[in-house]
Amino acid sequence: MADPMRIRAQVAGDKATVRVLMAHEMETGQRKDAAGKTIPAWHIQDVTAQHNGKTVMTAQWGPAVSKNPFLQFNVKGAKVGDKITVSWVDNKGEKRSDEATVS
Amino acid sequence: MQNRREMLSRSAQVAAMLVAVGLVPGWAQAQAAGYNSAAFAAKTLPELMKSLGAGAPAESKDVSVTGPDIAENGAVVPIGAATALPGVKRLLILVEKNPAMLAAIFDVTDAIEANLSTRVKMGQSSDVYAVAMMNDGKVLFARKEVKVTLGGCGG
Repeated sequence: MADPMRIRAQVAGDKATVRVLMAHEMETGQRKDAAGKTIPAWHIQDVTAQHNGKTVMTAQWGPAVSKNPFLQFNVKGAKVGDKITVSWVDNKGEKRSDEATVS
Repeated sequence: MQNRREMLSRSAQVAAMLVAVGLVPGWAQAQAAGYNSAAFAAKTLPELMKSLGAGAPAESKDVSVTGPDIAENGAVVPIGAATALPGVKRLLILVEKNPAMLAAIFDVTDAIEANLSTRVKMGQSSDVYAVAMMNDGKVLFARKEVKVTLGGCGG
């Protein structure tokens, strides 16, 4: 399984700012290795964010998202103690899901 | 007039066709539910909008794209897309001169603000677009030029 994500969710007024740092290679499929062979694409395709179990955002990513992707979004009405869950699936079918508590 | 043997081989062909038509999309869906690979392969804006089933985009002041004027490292360019308009369905981040324009699609709900930031890769200096697709079918965009210096060619 892939390395855990780092998720930080902080209350700012009536919303919470969520910052996520995922650990993923995000290979574009454009680069070539030393032997001149194309390195196959390997990137996160689907991202889902949940607030207390309710999906608030989904995303589809292409290979143009940077290595070890960063994502920031604001959840309206989130309070201290709420749970934020972020999960992703890559094009090889690997998955990762992590949870953080709003502080 | 068909004889029995012909009939049998025909129906086998039809069955094979049904399998090909019916199962291949199913397999593609299973690989990534709803992943729009056509959109991520699109090279031009009209092609991309067609693959997403959207109309022609219009430039709008209500959508904003944030990013550096000059990015030192094209592998990590912080880009934000935001709009204050209500009724946003999707936000897209596009990099015009990348091999494929589309970097990311965000399907937003009312529970989050239409204000997202991420980091993208850029092959060369290019315009970056933030596109907002609204519930009423309007497509609005904002663009910004980002110069990429890394590459050893002096930008």
